[in-house]
Amino acid sequence: MSEILRCENLTKKYHNTTALNSINLTLESGKIIGLLGPNGSGKTTLIKLINGLLTPTEGSVLINGKAPGVESKCDVAYLPDNSYLNSWMTVRQIVDFFVDFYADFREDVAYAMLERLSISPTTKLKTLSKGNKEKVCLILVMSRNAKLYVLDEPIAGVDPAARDYVISTIINNYNPDATVLISTHLISDIEQILDEAIFIQNGDILLHKTVDEIREENGKSVDELFREVFRW
Amino acid sequence: MKWTLDKATPLCPQICEQVCVKIALGEFKPGEKMFSVRETAVLAGVNPNTVQKAFEKLELDGILYSVRGSGWFVCEDITKAKETLETLVAQKTDAYFTSLKALGLDTNSIKNYVKEWDYE
Repeated sequence: MSEILRCENLTKKYHNTTALNSINLTLESGKIIGLLGPNGSGKTTLIKLINGLLTPTEGSVLINGKAPGVESKCDVAYLPDNSYLNSWMTVRQIVDFFVDFYADFREDVAYAMLERLSISPTTKLKTLSKGNKEKVCLILVMSRNAKLYVLDEPIAGVDPAARDYVISTIINNYNPDATVLISTHLISDIEQILDEAIFIQNGDILLHKTVDEIREENGKSVDELFREVFRW
Repeated sequence: MKWTLDKATPLCPQICEQVCVKIALGEFKPGEKMFSVRETAVLAGVNPNTVQKAFEKLELDGILYSVRGSGWFVCEDITKAKETLETLVAQKTDAYFTSLKALGLDTNSIKNYVKEWDYE
C-alpha cells in the first residue's frame, strides 16, 4: 500500500485561534476515508492546506511526496465547500474549461453522467437549482482520473434521495488505486462506504481507525460513536 | 436482490453471510457468475474494498471462486452456503424462543403460537 498523504506536526493558526494543532496523519492509497467532525473542528482548514489554498503556520503536508503546488494539483481532485464556477457559463463551457485545465479529465465520463441526470450541456449554470449545481461540481471532480479526491461536504446541499446518487457516483467513478477523502457531518448517510474514519475536534485528531474496527470495538455504528464522542 | 445491513456491526461478515443466504436460497445458482465487486458495492451501498474482502473470504471458504479477468463465480458445491443459512436460522429461532421464555412461556405454548400465527 503506498502512501498518498502525509501531514507532520501540521499547525494552522489564524491570529490567536488555533485551527489545527500539530496533527500527524498518514493516508494510504485505495481507501475511502471520512473526515468527520463538528462545525469549526478544522475539517475545511485541513482540506485547504492539502490543496495549497492556505499555508501551514508550522509543519508540513506532502501529497504523493510533493508539497502543495502545481504538481500536487495534478494528483488531487478537489471539491470545495462552495461553488467557484462562473454562473453565466453553460455546462459545456465548463466541461471545456476542465478539459483545458486537467490532463486527466475524462470528457466522455462527464457527459455520460450529465446525461443520466438529464442536465443538458447547453444549460447555463445559474439556471440550475442549488442541488443540481452541486451535482455538476461533483461530476466534474469525479470525472478526473486523480490519485486523491478531496470532497468537502459533498452531500450537505442535496436531498436524501440525491445523496444515494452522489454516493453511487463516488463508488462508480473513483479509480481503485485512488483515495477519496470525504469531509462531512452527515455520517449515517455515508458511513457504509467508508474504509476508515478520522474524528477531528478543536484542531486535534481524536481517532483514526478502520470503520469495521470502530464497529467491532464499540458495538456501535460510526454515527452513534460520533454522537457519543461529540456530545455537548 | 436486497441487502439489509446493520451499521452497528462490521459490514464485511454481513456481506459474506448474505451472499451465502442468497446462494442457499437459489438467487445465485451453482456455477453462475456473480455481480462484479463494484456492482455489488453499488447495490449494497457499501465500499468496494469491503465487498472485495468479503469475496476473498468466501473464496477461502470454498463458496465463491474467481477467474482472472472474468470475475467471480459460485462454486458447484453449495453445501457450505446452506450450512451458513441453517446456522443463521438456528440462531434467530433460538433468540426468538429465548426472548419468549424470558416472559415465562414454555416451549410447547410458543410452538403453538407459531403454528397458529397468521403472518402476512
